[in-house]
Amino acid sequence: MTAVSTITVDEATAAVPAAGFWSRDRKVGAGLVLLGVLGAVLFGALATAQPARFTLSEDSGGAALEVGGTTGAVLFGLIAALAGGALLTGRAHRWFAYLLGAGVVGFVLSFLCWQVSAAPAGQNFMPLVNVVRGTFLLALPLIFGALAGVLCERSGVVNVAIEGQLLMGAFSGALVGTMSGSPWIGLVAAAAGGALISLLLAVFAIRYLVDQVVMGVVLNLLALGLTGFLYERLMQQDTKAYNQPPHFPVWRIPLLSDLPVLGPALFTGTIFLFLAIALVVVIQLGLFRTRWGLRTRAVGEHPQAADTLGVRVLGLRYRNVLLAGAIAGIGGASYTLVIYTFTKNMIGGKGFIALAALIFGRWSPVGALLAALFFGFADQLATYLGAIDSVIPSEFLAMLPYLATIFAVAGLVGRVRAPAADGKPYIKG
Amino acid sequence: MTTDTQAAPGRRPPEQNPPEERESFAGHFLRSLWAANTVTVTVLAIVLAIVIGGILIIVSDPDVLDTYTYFFARPSDALTASWDLVADAYANLFKGAILDPATVSGWLHGENGWQAVLAPISETLTYAAPLVFTGLSVALAFRGGLFNIGAQGQATVGVILAALAGFLIPLPPVIHLLVALIAGALGGAAWGFVPGILKARTGAHEVITTIMLNYVALYFLTWIIVQNGVHEPSRTDAISRPVRSSAQLPHLLGGDLRVHAGIVLAVLATWAVAWLLNRSTIGFELRAVGANPDAARTAGISVTRTYVILMAVAGALAGLGGANMVLGSTATALTPLVAAQIGFDGILVALLGRVKPWGVALAALLFGALQAGGNRMQSYSSISLELVTVLQALIVIFIAAPALVKAIFRLRAARAERLGTSMAKGW
Amino acid sequence: MANDHIDLTVEPGEIHALLGENGAGKSTLMNILYGLLQPDSGEILVDGRPLQIRGPSDAIAAGIGMVHQHFMLVPVFTVAENVMLGAEKVRGGAPWLTGGVLDRRRARREVAEVSERYGLRVDPDARIEDLPVGVQQRVEIIKALTREVDLLILDEPTAVLTPQETDELLEVMRALKVAGKSIVFITHKLGEVQAIADRITVVRRGRTVGSASPDTSRDELAAMMVGRSVQLTVSKEAATPGAPVLEVRGLVVDDDRGIRAVAGVDLTVRAGEVLGIAGVQGNGQTELVEAVMGLRLALDGEISLAGERIDGWPTKRVLRAGVGYVPENRSVDGVVKEFTVAENLVLDLYDRPPFGKGLALYPDEINKAARARIEQFDVRTSSEQAAVGTLSGGNQQKVIVAREMSRPLKLFIAAQPTRGVDVGSIEFIHRQIVHERDVGTAVLLVSSELDEVLSLADRVAVMYRGRILAIVDPATPREEIGLLMAGGTPDRDEA
Repeated sequence: MTAVSTITVDEATAAVPAAGFWSRDRKVGAGLVLLGVLGAVLFGALATAQPARFTLSEDSGGAALEVGGTTGAVLFGLIAALAGGALLTGRAHRWFAYLLGAGVVGFVLSFLCWQVSAAPAGQNFMPLVNVVRGTFLLALPLIFGALAGVLCERSGVVNVAIEGQLLMGAFSGALVGTMSGSPWIGLVAAAAGGALISLLLAVFAIRYLVDQVVMGVVLNLLALGLTGFLYERLMQQDTKAYNQPPHFPVWRIPLLSDLPVLGPALFTGTIFLFLAIALVVVIQLGLFRTRWGLRTRAVGEHPQAADTLGVRVLGLRYRNVLLAGAIAGIGGASYTLVIYTFTKNMIGGKGFIALAALIFGRWSPVGALLAALFFGFADQLATYLGAIDSVIPSEFLAMLPYLATIFAVAGLVGRVRAPAADGKPYIKG
Repeated sequence: MTTDTQAAPGRRPPEQNPPEERESFAGHFLRSLWAANTVTVTVLAIVLAIVIGGILIIVSDPDVLDTYTYFFARPSDALTASWDLVADAYANLFKGAILDPATVSGWLHGENGWQAVLAPISETLTYAAPLVFTGLSVALAFRGGLFNIGAQGQATVGVILAALAGFLIPLPPVIHLLVALIAGALGGAAWGFVPGILKARTGAHEVITTIMLNYVALYFLTWIIVQNGVHEPSRTDAISRPVRSSAQLPHLLGGDLRVHAGIVLAVLATWAVAWLLNRSTIGFELRAVGANPDAARTAGISVTRTYVILMAVAGALAGLGGANMVLGSTATALTPLVAAQIGFDGILVALLGRVKPWGVALAALLFGALQAGGNRMQSYSSISLELVTVLQALIVIFIAAPALVKAIFRLRAARAERLGTSMAKGW
Repeated sequence: MANDHIDLTVEPGEIHALLGENGAGKSTLMNILYGLLQPDSGEILVDGRPLQIRGPSDAIAAGIGMVHQHFMLVPVFTVAENVMLGAEKVRGGAPWLTGGVLDRRRARREVAEVSERYGLRVDPDARIEDLPVGVQQRVEIIKALTREVDLLILDEPTAVLTPQETDELLEVMRALKVAGKSIVFITHKLGEVQAIADRITVVRRGRTVGSASPDTSRDELAAMMVGRSVQLTVSKEAATPGAPVLEVRGLVVDDDRGIRAVAGVDLTVRAGEVLGIAGVQGNGQTELVEAVMGLRLALDGEISLAGERIDGWPTKRVLRAGVGYVPENRSVDGVVKEFTVAENLVLDLYDRPPFGKGLALYPDEINKAARARIEQFDVRTSSEQAAVGTLSGGNQQKVIVAREMSRPLKLFIAAQPTRGVDVGSIEFIHRQIVHERDVGTAVLLVSSELDEVLSLADRVAVMYRGRILAIVDPATPREEIGLLMAGGTPDRDEA
């Protein structure tokens, strides 16, 4: 089969006329114009005259950005519409990414102006520090998970087992962390736990050629059952001995942590925050600048070509899949070695949002980071809106990552392209 | 097909003149080998899974584990303790799933009714029924070359619509049940149609879209439960109003036993899917598309249309499975967990059943038995029910490995050709 | 067994042609030499020393390079990335973990140097997927040369090239020879062998059948290749063409990548004649046929069948209108390997009586009809229930031909009908095509084997770069047609 979503079933190709007036730019532009107008008119009408305050702190105090609810909703809606309009002319292709960004941000801001201004009296503010910090915290497991996906899929192994790897990491981190009393040993155990699921994936997918998606699904269930079983048999029986993991301390980076908004969010956190950002940078550079990266990408795109040049295809795949499992395992530990203790099925679908972030981020580490932050923001927003009694049901915001991914793979907002050999076992000869 | 390992235009044809007798003999030999293997492999897989499950039971019991600290001094302690623990657990699994001898003697002595004897079977069938539907859903899609990970979402939408029809519309019995079942099927079909049409029109991969739709359906369920008119007014937790009795599937063996008409529908559905696959023109089309979409298209079969129909039918089956969860005896009202894991379990069931309709039905029966027995194991031996999930996953992992060793044989025989139908395809 | 006791010796600085039919085992031999396959017995000596070649790295280390028939290039990589892959030049940067940071500048320089030295023009920063096939092949050669190979294996290098590109390739090969490199040139094209080879080894059915010098006559070489003197002429009566059946006017079609493949083709095929389309593969023949079959969108122009416009029709309707179609890529488009012979025989008739009606399928009827077809078309199979994948290529092709000829036809389209088919089946299929013509069906034959076209066709259309350059009589001298296939201007108008 061909790569994800780049394939068009042949009949469909025939049905789609060669890009006529409705180029991608124009379609996106039209969509943005619609959204912008919707924002300006609907949100503008629903917003109140109350000012919407975006405070640069954790509460209502301190410095704040302030805009009248109606004014803001209309203004930002119009900005979105203008960005869309520019694309609609079909002559702004060079600025596509910026205009798309401006359009989306404008729409979101328009929405926020309405929501914040319409909040119950006294709550017409949004504490930006909380929002940004929450976004990063909620995005953390997604970043680790999506990076695990990047490593696997860039080398041609589909990783649907991210959920299982995160769960296994969370579990073994909590168990070993508790038993050893050291979060560091817990962290290592978490990496090993994730790698264990990866090992099964690698052996069955690479060696026995089991369909990788099938294997991923089965491994998720295995991880769910295994951790659930041991949780009930061990952890619930004797919480103290098995499920009271030590937590990593919060580190502050001197100076940088004093920056407004970003300081408390980006430069104050546990090891996981810094590790996630470091891994994104390292893997991004590694993939595109180093020998390992060149070979990994070659193996994911055209394993036979790599093989004929003496690259050890299967070895590289094993290595990357195991590494991916370790990274996802660490991501799982960001639950149990920071705040919580382990509970059954505690990942609750985050692994699949990580998969979505991977796809939405077009199989690149930085893209995955941005997608994870976007999804984290949606998650944080749902919490915030719940707190101000918004009319928007939090469930619909929770659907956002999934719907966005469907749009992305359906090519409604540009096409995404998976590595060509993703999911295909390599057989020599 | 874009990679080198797939056939590219002008690829060298296979060797020209292999002696035909030998070739077909070899093919015949392999085929009979596999056929013999299917049963053996399945039995071995189950045995292996049970052994590993036993080990898990032992290592997760601190008391028994303690006896191993002096294993070399007195091995009998450790072995006896382990044996007792595991034997008791699996005995309860058996008693909960198939037959408890105590109830037989109790019945013979007039201490309990015949219902108690049949209770385990009744439980097994109750758990098996929805799995048959979701298993068929996944298996059917597989045969058409699509991987329906979305059975869970389709079942969820099915459960929602069946329940809504079950308590919102007042209708006479029988008709009401039919309407509720159809509503469930339509809901699932709609949820399957979306990935089908997306695949056909835009090429969006069904694995990704169905995964995503699973969660969309789940959040929709949690939302709709608490809406006015749906939520049960007398309760504060997330639970809907109950389905009217006119829309409930009738119990088969009286009110004391949970087994209901869902299992009969499941058997009918199995028969229908078997007929559809092997004896209908649509089945011919979808098998052709599943095995070789290019050749199917060249022979005039519309691949896109087949995908859409296939996903809609698969969705309808999963939707019926969902309907079973709320119209039968498992539950009568919507809760966030009302669809349980039947969609994901359906994937395992389909694989264990070798994506053949009657195989799926048998596999569902096995899974239903494990579930029913697991309940008893949990309450009598206090072994977590999660062990059942572990056993199920292990069984499928073990049957998958030899299946793929076979696939390697097939690959060698037709190296340049597409990699099997369902077991090894890319994203 | 693809190779059975093959002996081959290549001298330094020579161009050694390995000649053989499709499927004779040439590529298998070279894959063993390159370490992609392992021999069951026998040994390989390089510079007189025996050498174990366990994988491509060993081969490269021993100075052996290979240009595969299907290019081993990563489409989304640049030329430089493809060239450096596997032999990356790096500078520092945690080499123990990442293998080091790529030195792209050096890679680019290397590509430039090699392309300069051997006249292989190519832009190091171009992405492979944007390059034409001929340039991609140059990249493959550069890839081998930067690894400083002494022996270069070229596997069917001209199969996908235009005549002009072929000439350029031969130039490059000469330059390499002057530079002291040895070349093994795998092909089944006699003309090229005679043009460039220093020595020829002929392979048949996995065995070496002998060696020859380039001045050996074509007939002799052909006889060695095929094993008996080939009787390619088909006995047939003169055609009695009737009314036009297929008419194509101004047809324009794009290929999968959106590149124009058919650029305004006019064609007429009459009842009771065979129109053969000759041309190097990849000049738009495939797309032309697929457009007629409704498998590919016709961007412009008209296609009519017996006076009725059929462009825009779905494939099923075209088939039902009386068109039989043997697709060029048998295993991909022609048969469903997992299906039984019986099922494959009704692949496009399964929903019509007596095989099916409405939703219902009648397997008994399908099997009954299959047994008759197997008999009639001499398909060698254990039973109609055998999976088609277990049959030999020739018998699979007979299944397709049987299927397509089992209903009344107005037009029969055969694309590469005998590719990869054994000699016995070739003769059978040729007889069937002539028979179909004789009962009054219009036949459109597409083949990249010029001999096949010349022996079967009543008129020959030569296709080049998406256009029909001329329609000539099959009695026209080969050289003249060859010139046309290479894009030369036609000397005379339609025959």
